[in-house]
Amino acid sequence: MNIAVCVKQTPDTAATVTVENGKVTWGDAPLVLNPWDEFAVEQALRTKEAHGGKVTAVSLGPEGAREALKQALAMGCDEAILIHDPSLAEADTLVASAVLAAALRRLESIDLAYFGRQAVDTDSGVTAAQVARRLGWPSLTLVAAVVAVDPQGRTIDVERMLEEGRQQVRAPLPAVVSVVKEIGEPRYPSFMGIRKASKAEIPIWSAADLGLSAPAPAVSWPAVLAPPRVDTQCEMITGDTPAHIAWRLVDRLLEEKVL
Amino acid sequence: MAEKVLVYIDHHQGEVVGASWEALSAAQQVAGAFSGGVTALIVGDGVRALAEQAIAHGAVDAVVRESVDLKEFRAEPYSDVVSAVLKDTGAQVFVLPTTGRTRELAAMVAIDLETGVTTEAIALEVEGEAVVATRPIYAGKLLAREVCRQRRPQIITVRTRAFPRPAPDPSRTGKIDAAAASPWPSATTVLGYRASEAGVSLTDASVIVSGGRGVSNNGRLTPPPEITDEKQQEIWRAQQGFELIRQLAATLGAAVGASRAAVDAGYIPYAHQVGQTGKVVSPDLYIACGISGAIQHLAGMRTSKTIVAINRDPEAPIFKVARFGIVGDLYDILPALTQAFREKLGK
Repeated sequence: MNIAVCVKQTPDTAATVTVENGKVTWGDAPLVLNPWDEFAVEQALRTKEAHGGKVTAVSLGPEGAREALKQALAMGCDEAILIHDPSLAEADTLVASAVLAAALRRLESIDLAYFGRQAVDTDSGVTAAQVARRLGWPSLTLVAAVVAVDPQGRTIDVERMLEEGRQQVRAPLPAVVSVVKEIGEPRYPSFMGIRKASKAEIPIWSAADLGLSAPAPAVSWPAVLAPPRVDTQCEMITGDTPAHIAWRLVDRLLEEKVL
Repeated sequence: MAEKVLVYIDHHQGEVVGASWEALSAAQQVAGAFSGGVTALIVGDGVRALAEQAIAHGAVDAVVRESVDLKEFRAEPYSDVVSAVLKDTGAQVFVLPTTGRTRELAAMVAIDLETGVTTEAIALEVEGEAVVATRPIYAGKLLAREVCRQRRPQIITVRTRAFPRPAPDPSRTGKIDAAAASPWPSATTVLGYRASEAGVSLTDASVIVSGGRGVSNNGRLTPPPEITDEKQQEIWRAQQGFELIRQLAATLGAAVGASRAAVDAGYIPYAHQVGQTGKVVSPDLYIACGISGAIQHLAGMRTSKTIVAINRDPEAPIFKVARFGIVGDLYDILPALTQAFREKLGK
């Protein structure tokens, strides 16, 4: 099977993210493979282990995003491609989905394209479905379990995590699949994997390579703000016994009309 | 002429998802600035009654598109139908609630109409002919003001519990434009549904009681002798703690949440996780039990209206975001709290 996994580099979730002069900054915090995408890489590798083939990791981002791709390679992906072009720096999801759809077409005969559910920086969670729409492939988002892949019958069965429960869906291949955490713990890179990744050649594709001429984003961010500071004066509730403390808290919650 | 504002009414097996009414009130805010009303859009099979509900909740009129092929929600055929309606009506703004279904729908319709999409808006402001949406990014560590100036319609999903839910008034009337739809058949087949882990609906809950790593921290509890493994003993202890959390939650009609540490330690399934890689919640009351308050957890719950923290460690960062704090053992406090609420609330 020919499997792709689309990943993004993001700041670590432990980072303190702030705004300085209107720009987002995370100080010295490390940039990592988007935590949701680790699950996508894991599922891509499992699909390969079950059915053979290869896994190609694809990322749109700055040159430094190479490091996120190296992490994907160290986990076990076979190849990686970085899409980097100054004209794509302000990409919104409309642009990012056009770029990734073009990259998946250029990779040729992809059977499955995996995504994480969203990126922990922009938190949009729409790119996978948009790529699927552009390619005309079925979109299977919020997948909690890949139940079966039938490379001969060209189908995939998955369970999707919806608010109302798990939805069981069958779709023909090729398909776009975005995964959630329930699919299982991502593996750690192996020692051999890390060595291989450090020596890997990661080709760079430009917008022109993908036949795109500086696509214009539809959405812009006129401002990024720190959330309003909440008044967080903490009132400590004390008392002689747990019952005493509990009653005081209940009274205070009722006084403040919280309940 | 008033700019055309449409709202999508999300439903599952004939029931409207309540957040749709919040999307309707968000859309009304926008339409009010354009001196117009909101048109509700309902797509499905046998869903005409939902149009009347939408009008009762404040829509001035409704568009209904039905087909037997739309019985089960699949993003592809629903997007075909929704995109066609938006084109036909010349919609300028399209507002949706945020659910697993609508996120996919909004994404695909934006591709069909080559326009922008904004998800999980918490505030909307009209500037000229554009709607500027405020939305949390970096799991709420920051807020972005986002706008789609050139292309139409502007597609915006609003976060659950960010806008008021209007009360229905069944005396309202409005025109219903109902017609048959003929979407391309979906390539995907829904095989069935399976009840989700514990039926957690965290994003919708007005009260959440959450547990963290500290829930297992009770040396007085003796695990049954057949559990000899130390890790399993810890999990058994944590489960006793989560039972106390469940009892308090049941008394308050609350949902049960958890920190990532508790989920990773195997105390409770991931569906309960609140935080940057879990659910982002904003209830009226959030009671954090044995949660220290890692930045990833705070990102997922700090917009809760009132936060109560119960922790043995007076230095725990959770107290910095809490309105009320109790330094103490949750094994003592939680049963007392459940008892006090039961008596006070007459349950």
